[in-house]
Amino acid sequence: MENLLEVRDLRTQFSTGGGIVHAVDGVSWDVQPGETVALVGESGCGKSVSALSIMRLIAAPAGRITGGQIFFKGRDLLTLPDHEMRDIRGKDIAMVFQEPMTSLNPVLTVGRQLTEPCEIHLGMTPAQSRVRAIEILGLVGISDAERRLRQYPHQFSGGMRQRLMIAMALSCNPALVLADEPTTALDVTIQAQILELMKGLSQRLGAAMLIITHNLGVVARYADRVNVMYAGKIVEQGTAREIYADPRHPYTLGLLRSVPRLDEPKREKLAPIQGQPPDLTRLPPGCAFAPRCAFAIGRCAVEIPPLEVVDGNHRSACWVARDLRERAAAETKEAA
Amino acid sequence: MSAMAERIPAEAAPAPAGDVILEVRNLVKYFHVSGGGFLGGGAAVVKAVDGVSLSIRRGETLGLVGESGCGKTTTGRCILMLERPTSGQVIFEGRDLTTLTTKELRAVRRKIQVIFQDPYSSLNPRMTVGQMIAEPIAVHGIVPERKARNDRVQELLSVAGLLPAMADRYPHELSGGQRQRVGIARALAMEPSLIVCDEPVSALDVSIQAQIINLLESLQNRFGLTYLFVAHDLSVVRHISDRVAVMYLGKIAEITDRASLYSEPLHPYTKALLSAVPIPDPVVEATRERMVLGGEVPSPINPPSGCVFHPRCPIAIEECKTVVPVLKDVRSGHYAACIRL
Repeated sequence: MENLLEVRDLRTQFSTGGGIVHAVDGVSWDVQPGETVALVGESGCGKSVSALSIMRLIAAPAGRITGGQIFFKGRDLLTLPDHEMRDIRGKDIAMVFQEPMTSLNPVLTVGRQLTEPCEIHLGMTPAQSRVRAIEILGLVGISDAERRLRQYPHQFSGGMRQRLMIAMALSCNPALVLADEPTTALDVTIQAQILELMKGLSQRLGAAMLIITHNLGVVARYADRVNVMYAGKIVEQGTAREIYADPRHPYTLGLLRSVPRLDEPKREKLAPIQGQPPDLTRLPPGCAFAPRCAFAIGRCAVEIPPLEVVDGNHRSACWVARDLRERAAAETKEAA
Repeated sequence: MSAMAERIPAEAAPAPAGDVILEVRNLVKYFHVSGGGFLGGGAAVVKAVDGVSLSIRRGETLGLVGESGCGKTTTGRCILMLERPTSGQVIFEGRDLTTLTTKELRAVRRKIQVIFQDPYSSLNPRMTVGQMIAEPIAVHGIVPERKARNDRVQELLSVAGLLPAMADRYPHELSGGQRQRVGIARALAMEPSLIVCDEPVSALDVSIQAQIINLLESLQNRFGLTYLFVAHDLSVVRHISDRVAVMYLGKIAEITDRASLYSEPLHPYTKALLSAVPIPDPVVEATRERMVLGGEVPSPINPPSGCVFHPRCPIAIEECKTVVPVLKDVRSGHYAACIRL
């Protein structure tokens, strides 16, 4: 199938007091129409910066996209003039942020915030956009829409605000929704509501979704394909089933082993990843994960492993990817 | 083994099973807030904790779970006496803390310590790690002599898994996991018997969470500590707790040992909570039935009548709107507050 979005060798960097941070350091991945793709990783791995780069919302002058291409429906977004990018933002590609309160305008009514994109992007009249706003609020499960449109964001609860963000994102029928930790600020029961809603709507409206999260459970439930990021690079890429059943990067394996699971017997001890997340201004010369890696070999400290195919479209950036399974099994046996 | 290892167990000696270290009886905490009216008209009452009773045995971990606003943190703060309860008793090692004077409380406070969620906002940015750990030791006169106190700080750092050199660092120079270790070292400095852990890992990265959980568990074994573990992550609570209490809108919905709670949850809210937790395995998730609760958690300013859970409950009947369910022993030691059981 033709790719909806193709990110090729994207590089985004920030100048900080401590030096240059290569927040996104040569990543390539894509999204097909209608599918759900996950970017997984911990804070500082570059997953949010990847999404902001697609939207061209990297704050200059500290931040800069220094290389690569982002093809959306065949056009490179990085070469578009500003006014064309403005047409795409919010219309063809929409974004849902983690903290809805900071991304909603507190002094505009909910109605105004919902109707504005329809008027600007779809050329609707105020009357048409109002009808659309009521329809879309119903779609995201907000009842009593007429009254809700006159209210302000502070009159909405956290879960309601996130529904509102989703409503705004979907109002112009985007082909792609970038959801940056859409449920992290929400309670578990509300998280389940919102995720089911997003999944259902994206299927119904045919929109593709990029979910950015650190929650491996959320990824397992909702993603078709997964990209695992560490220190600005993609370290593993594949279908959700491949990544969970047969992880081929020690970082992915470590993440999966370190979380307690409700469906498994309680373990005596958790198996954490040793050490601390890397300082992006002082990355080691070889693989950035090597200092924390239980399977590192001599080569890992000096040479950065490229993202290579291990099986079909399952890729890993690790020098020991091919026999990781055997090594991990041996290690588990030893520990026992 | 170090001097500390000997000192703490001496004060928190392994006790026979069933030795209750803390008992909370009918705890109520209401906050008075100005109402929604213009110019602050009409005062309202937030019923943050509304009749909570629980007990913790020496050496065990009681998990306290629930969603934001359910009163789990306020319950913890009342036990720490950081909030004065509106009514009810907090009986720690046989003494009702709610009847003590400020001076009497100071001595007891040493024995009940806290580890907060956000290790950054709970550390003083202008003090070094060493100063922050040494200060309470000096204030409480635990180690009066300066040289010995510095040795003690070094010892506490190593117990918490930090290098001695960390004593000269400031909080901003540390990672999230390291800051949480400082918080743990500072709590241990008081040689407590009970530690209230308020969401101690939820602000940390996944790979670091397991490190801190393992540390908390090994410290518990080493020093015979008792934990009240307040959290919203049900997988983490299952891993660390011996018994678990589920709170909803200021009340306990269900309380029992870990195995029963997770394998045979009784209260419909507990069932919904457990079903909402996604499992990190796409094969399992593809076939899993999910019970998604409708609606949202109502405001504790105006909680629903009868059973506070009834507006969202899938098995509620007419009676649930009027009858306030009491926590009853449904199955030998498995307590739940639901009239449908």
